[in-house]
Amino acid sequence: MARIGVFVCHCGENIGRTVDCARVAGEIGKLPGVVHSVDYKYMCSDPGQALIKQAIAEKGLTGVVVSACSPHMHERTFRRAAGGAGLNPFLCEMANIREHCSWIHEDREAATDKAIDLARVIVEKVKRNVPLETIRIPVEKRALVIGGGIAGIQAALDLADGGAEVVLVEKEPSIGGHMSQLSETFPTLDCSQCILTPRMVEVYQHPRIRLMAYCEVDAVEGYIGNFKVTIRQKARSVDETKCNGCGACQKACVVKNVPSEFDERLGKRTAIYVPFPQAVPNIPVIDREHCAYFKGRARGMKKDACGKCKEACARGAIDFAQEDRFVTEKVGAIVVATGYELYSIGKDQPAAGLKGYGEYGYGTVPDVIDGLQFERLASASGPTAGKLLRPSDGKVPKKIVFLQCVGSRDPAKGIDYCSKVCCMYVAKHTMLYRHKVHDGEATVFYMDVRAAGKGYDEFTRRAVEEDGAVYVRGRVSRVYRDGDVVKVLGFDTLNGTPVEIDADMVVLATAMRPRKGIEKLAQTLSVSYDRHGFINEAHPKLRPVETNTAGVFVAGACQAPRDIPDSVAMASAAAAKVLGLFSNEMLEREPTVARVDAALCAGCFHCERVCPYGAVEHKEVRDRKGNLLKVVADVNPGVCQGCGTCQATCPSKSVELMGFTDEQIYAEVNALAL
Amino acid sequence: MRVGYYPGCSLHGTARELDESLRAVAPPLGLELVEVNDWSCCGATSAHATSHLLSVALPARNLALAEEQGHDQLLAPCAACYNRLASARHAVACDAALAETIEDVLGRPFPSTVAPRNLVEVLRARLDLLRERAVRPLTGLKVACYYGCLLVRPSEVCSFDDPEDPVSMEEVVTATGATPVAWRRRLDCCGGAFSVARTGSVVRLSRAILDDARSAGADAIAVACPMCHSNLDFRQKALVRRGEAELPVLYLSELVGLALGLDAETLGLGRHFVDTKALVERALASKPGPAAKPGPRPSAPAAAAKPASPAAAGTEAV
Ligand SMILES: Cc1cc2nc3c(=O)[nH]c(=O)nc-3n(C[C@H](O)[C@H](O)[C@H](O)COP(=O)(O)OP(=O)(O)OC[C@H]3O[C@@H](n4cnc5c(N)ncnc54)[C@H](O)[C@@H]3O)c2cc1C
Repeated sequence: MARIGVFVCHCGENIGRTVDCARVAGEIGKLPGVVHSVDYKYMCSDPGQALIKQAIAEKGLTGVVVSACSPHMHERTFRRAAGGAGLNPFLCEMANIREHCSWIHEDREAATDKAIDLARVIVEKVKRNVPLETIRIPVEKRALVIGGGIAGIQAALDLADGGAEVVLVEKEPSIGGHMSQLSETFPTLDCSQCILTPRMVEVYQHPRIRLMAYCEVDAVEGYIGNFKVTIRQKARSVDETKCNGCGACQKACVVKNVPSEFDERLGKRTAIYVPFPQAVPNIPVIDREHCAYFKGRARGMKKDACGKCKEACARGAIDFAQEDRFVTEKVGAIVVATGYELYSIGKDQPAAGLKGYGEYGYGTVPDVIDGLQFERLASASGPTAGKLLRPSDGKVPKKIVFLQCVGSRDPAKGIDYCSKVCCMYVAKHTMLYRHKVHDGEATVFYMDVRAAGKGYDEFTRRAVEEDGAVYVRGRVSRVYRDGDVVKVLGFDTLNGTPVEIDADMVVLATAMRPRKGIEKLAQTLSVSYDRHGFINEAHPKLRPVETNTAGVFVAGACQAPRDIPDSVAMASAAAAKVLGLFSNEMLEREPTVARVDAALCAGCFHCERVCPYGAVEHKEVRDRKGNLLKVVADVNPGVCQGCGTCQATCPSKSVELMGFTDEQIYAEVNALAL
Repeated sequence: MRVGYYPGCSLHGTARELDESLRAVAPPLGLELVEVNDWSCCGATSAHATSHLLSVALPARNLALAEEQGHDQLLAPCAACYNRLASARHAVACDAALAETIEDVLGRPFPSTVAPRNLVEVLRARLDLLRERAVRPLTGLKVACYYGCLLVRPSEVCSFDDPEDPVSMEEVVTATGATPVAWRRRLDCCGGAFSVARTGSVVRLSRAILDDARSAGADAIAVACPMCHSNLDFRQKALVRRGEAELPVLYLSELVGLALGLDAETLGLGRHFVDTKALVERALASKPGPAAKPGPRPSAPAAAAKPASPAAAGTEAV
């Protein structure tokens, strides 16, 4: 027979003002099974908790109901108190008569009646509660970082310096991300490579970091503390253990005109290449699509079309036969840092709903370029060795027009968000331009200048006041080639006049978008993403670097448009979160997870299809002789988040959410209705 | 396919050749045009400048009639009519209170099931038939496709093509065997309804359009709007400078008709102010094309013809 104790809290005046707590305690005390029912000013205070403990001990309670505030507020407090008195903590529940009652009602009589109802409901539930044990799972103290841009690099270094083992997976041949392409960085104009490359080398040399460049995450299984990750090592066609990065193969390569991805197609590279001289690791990759050897093979030629790199390599490192390899790694936490790419400006758009800017001539007018291309033109390591020369004829542009918000803040083009960094980098570009071409004219078309950040507004002011950038508020309707110049037709909305500029070059500050394929990766990791493809944080204010999947964290521009300081801050925050996780030997999880009754389960796997966390697994049921009887669903308690969707779906009622079983819920409903 | 037909006032007046040519090309393109019974003014120009309610109620009445008469699409060849019909439908879809008012005003339910279609949209949906039946491909003819302002904008109302960089007219022109030229003023304003009130502005704007088309090497301009046609064709005498050749301005349906082998008179080509004779003769002189069998797609210069556009992929079946 149940022996339930009920504790009604006044919460000072918070509940007491509208609810007659003494009457609640009195009425509830009359219910069958309730052996103790009292009210008290502050149940969460030490004397309040002492009341509960004392009653458990003296009256031998089998369940406790605290009628007070929301369980979000104090469920832990009271469960701990119950536990302290020797009762299983999960036999203690709360009835919320504050947020759900006193705070929202005025009529004292009616509110008191409602409070009685609410308490009675929970009493009926607690009568059916069973003791549950906290789930403990071991933690694998290694972390996986996906993406080797500045965010991934920072996260990996912080984690490794904090004592954790790190696997850093980068899909390109080198780490560095977009920051390695930048010339100088706002707001201080320090050289991007100068501050980045030492960190890249640090990653390479760190004893606790395993750098896996030219690799991709193929599959992820498991749950927080215990992920099993399958990583695909793409075939480099170069034996990493033999190569010493001498570069002889690249000199020997006969294919020299592949547009360089690193130089944003403004420069050329060979078919066997490292993306840039400071690449980490400094090991080349054969681009099989362009390599003469592989093209010959593909055409079915019997004799090898080429092999110059192999001949040139003194260490025999070239390996045409190499194939993709798969490696599995066990990790306890994952940091996603896959960064961004720029909005594709032309007609071909990667997603429905996105519309390009055909009217700006990008892709058809050679002197219309995007921001990253400008960075490469301004970079000392770029295709023009840092001289600002326009792509069409190599002349020094005397007039450059910069267009802000190309794609961003334009719902008609499919993107309504602000890309946040463009105002800053356009100001930077005007400065870099004027520092290189002193008599150059820089005109910026803008909607607003958004320069919130330490030293940021000052920076954009400097562009105008010291470096003479001309800012025109308004949009541009068309950009086209007119003989030697690029015509820009726009409108100055402050003067109310049309503007026509004969520019030598036009730079488009295009929106930042998440990387292609991010959706697939997010699905592999079971993390949610917004309609643009940016990874969702668990809470926009309070949990900015966690995702909705426990143990998976997010950093940098894959979560939203971010500049370098933001990306680095997020990365350090994510690393701190992971290190916090790794400071436990065992992880404790609430036992309110789903459990399958294998005897009842018919193996229809509806639950598997609806589970948002991928927690449902298949389990074989065998008889004593080992014959397979059936395959049933089984919930992995480490992955289950206790949402209850499976329970609602199961046609045979064979899956139950512990602590929220059908029996308990029906008892609550009955207590209210009968 | 049976389509509701809403000629509007222009097609019964200044733009009769648009009406004639469209009725002529409809059968070979598998279209049955059924004129909506008892149609009234669409509210262009004056209504929407004076009363918001009227500007929605007038087109709504016509859409409601089409609905009653069993249509699910309503072809409005005049760009202004099309724009009014589409704008009204959009306004009603976005504003439940307005939708109620409109039903009151109309005195009949208005579930708004009829989709307004424009000339370009309807022709573009029949490119395969057009290519197949173009017995007289307009090979070598260079055409500047002029969209004007009402056909593709505002984008949330006229979502059938990219509002800033449309391709649909070029696609139709390419299917006639002619070659669309790349030019810049495809979307500029011709002066529209200011033709009478501020002729000076119209002359300035339309001249810029003509100049640009000419310098892009066009032999003719293709339009899909009676207002544009009147400004560019009727006023052209006043626009051209001494010694400059005139540039024929053809409705898209007339070009299509020529390619389909229809004769100039049926297509109303004699009604133009700028002589179209030379152009028609050129068309007649062209070699008969691969009639009746679906020939390969005529190839067009990369700059002008952009066959597969995202906008094209996104449109509903017309
Ligand atoms: C023109 C321009 C100028 C800028 N100038 C400045 C500036 O002056 N100052 C400043 O603070 N910020 C600047 N920024 C912003 C800056 O580039 C970003 O803040 C920064 O690069 C974000 O770093 P990230 O690591 O998040 O992303 P990224 O730099 O994009 O790095 C992501 C990395 O992840 C890898 N990756 C992607 N997908 C996968 C996958 N599935 N598996 C494995 N690896 C993957 C990528 O290859 C890449 O190496 C500028 C941006 C632009 C466009």
